[in-house]
Amino acid sequence: MHRSKNFLAAMLVSTAMAHPAIAETNLNALFMAQAAYSEADVRAMTDAFTAANPDIKVSLEFVPYEGLHDKTLLARGSGSGYDVVLFDVIWPAEFAENNVLLDVTDRITQEMKDGVLPGAWTTVEYNAKRYGMPWILDTKYLFYNMEILAQAGIAAPPTTWAELSEQAKAIKDQGILDHPIVWSWAQAEAAICDYTTLVSAHGGAFIVDGAPAFQTGGGLDALEYMVDSYNSGLTNPNSKEYLEEDVRRVFQNGEAAFALNWTYMYNLANDPNESRVVGKIGVAPAPGVAGKSAVSAVNGSMGLGITATSQNPDAAWNYITFMTSQPTQNAYARLSLPIWASSYDDPAVTAGQEDMIAAAKVGLAAMYPRPTTAGYQEMSATLQQAIQEALLGQASPADALAMAAEGGL
Amino acid sequence: MNAGWTATRAWLLMLPLLIVMLSVIGWPFFDTVRLSFTDARLVGTGGDFVGFANYERLFSSRAFRRAFLVTTQFAVVSVLVEVVLGVLVALLLYQNFRGRNVLRALLILPWALPTVVNALLWRLIYNPEYGALNALLVQIGLLDAYRSWLGDPNSALVALIVADAWKNFPLVALISLAALHAVPHDIKAAAIVDGAGALARFRFVILPYLAGPLMVALVLRTIEAFKVFDIIWIMTRGGPANSTRTLSILVYQEAFSFQRAGSGASLALIVTLAITVLAVVYVALIRKSAGAQF
Repeated sequence: MHRSKNFLAAMLVSTAMAHPAIAETNLNALFMAQAAYSEADVRAMTDAFTAANPDIKVSLEFVPYEGLHDKTLLARGSGSGYDVVLFDVIWPAEFAENNVLLDVTDRITQEMKDGVLPGAWTTVEYNAKRYGMPWILDTKYLFYNMEILAQAGIAAPPTTWAELSEQAKAIKDQGILDHPIVWSWAQAEAAICDYTTLVSAHGGAFIVDGAPAFQTGGGLDALEYMVDSYNSGLTNPNSKEYLEEDVRRVFQNGEAAFALNWTYMYNLANDPNESRVVGKIGVAPAPGVAGKSAVSAVNGSMGLGITATSQNPDAAWNYITFMTSQPTQNAYARLSLPIWASSYDDPAVTAGQEDMIAAAKVGLAAMYPRPTTAGYQEMSATLQQAIQEALLGQASPADALAMAAEGGL
Repeated sequence: MNAGWTATRAWLLMLPLLIVMLSVIGWPFFDTVRLSFTDARLVGTGGDFVGFANYERLFSSRAFRRAFLVTTQFAVVSVLVEVVLGVLVALLLYQNFRGRNVLRALLILPWALPTVVNALLWRLIYNPEYGALNALLVQIGLLDAYRSWLGDPNSALVALIVADAWKNFPLVALISLAALHAVPHDIKAAAIVDGAGALARFRFVILPYLAGPLMVALVLRTIEAFKVFDIIWIMTRGGPANSTRTLSILVYQEAFSFQRAGSGASLALIVTLAITVLAVVYVALIRKSAGAQF
């Protein structure tokens, strides 16, 4: 008995001595493993943070975008897990109502309020409160292959969606490409982002006075445009199983003249190790619709927030402040553009990607939101099904959307 | 040592296991039953009692009926393919030929692969742009042009079944192979002397020995196939247009994506009930066949 007590005491002493003099704080952070900042970029940023803050240790976890929402929610359900999470612009409503994220309105400094682009804040806001810092400021742009356009005798990229169809038809008719346009229309959120871009172009709305409104007007026009483009063969038929990375692959192999994708594609498709279309890439804001819009864009931004269950909210906020700071964002502006207004005129940021910056200035200002509702996940799933049913010809666009509006799955 | 003490001792020895099982299976199960009668959300509210509302809503929903149909199709066809292929491969590997042991070892490979790896591998094979399947079919002239296998509702489920069967037929084959080794040589020899052909020998000599172990494999595979989630989630996420959404995927969406823990629980219980019915039927069949045999 005595011996075991002594042994226990010795154990306790040795464990205590093994600990460093400074109390070390451990943060667990959840990120996504695709698009925007690469995993390597996030690791490098985090290393810089821990080098400056040796008492904080950050463990990173990367999941595909498709798993990010559920993983965050499940970690909340089990009452532990992450301190810092990356969240999409469509989740603050749900996360706020379920107390997943900490309200950080009071932590945001005047410097942040003054420096960050006003539109970026919508990414983290719900009911006039802020649940994190915007980090990835992004929308879908129209990428085009300048060589193919020149080959088809097209002088300038399209400014309307109708013009885009005409140009694609010219490319198809001349036999340059069978399917000139590629999209990410897999049964996933990616399809909703493309659809939302078209809804904003056609002047549609998702919800009006609390009731679904996408089944008529601009919402219906948007889906009809998708179905026409698909049926006419202008759109790559494999689009219906593609996510963003598939779109990038097709585009950088030179197999598409037009593609809708996020900022990150610009520099990756200009990387000679990855791409066959280096130097041939044009980028513009997504087109508009005559009489309705000049350009179109979806708000596809993401933010970093502190979980309500975090034991170290202060250290977590330090980390978020560092990750979203202007120096950090400027240093990694190749795959994701900064949230800071003055960065867009900083030569260090714009050098080599002037076209991207020019498109961003117009596109980011036109960003259209997806519905802000706590039930967004289900609404999105219903719409994804409607879009795919219409594409596959299982229902007309009008019927598919009407059914989705009724919530009938 | 009387019989009473033997029974008591047996129960005492099993007690630790019983306690563990009750705490890790029993309690969650009863809590799931309780949840299924509430409108509980995943995060936050514990929910109120709503009676059979969750069940009524599910049975009347198109999503449930469709998922049930998809799950049944997937389970029946994939298990059928696995059993037929498994028995045929077992018969082949039972023959005496050079390199047999190498092939037997290789047989385990697909089954030993993690499902995630298998799913990603088949996604590459089915890729519409550079997939091996398209290349093969176009080169041998069966297909005019590359096509999308997982993006077409007419081929997506079949493509998933092929991927699943490829991974799981080795289990059936291994069980069958072990059973084949139990067939006494003298009976086979006697059947040959009596002039029985290959088919007759299989039907009357080998099959009776195979039936029992095969039934076990059938039970295991049917239950697994009815619960299928991972391979489909990775390959199609239930798409296109929910044409490959199985019950387990619906449970996941309902409980975790849409946060309706109560409704998700009731759906999970329906799946459990369906599997239990299947298992009971199978066990009865096994008893019957075992009784006939011994």
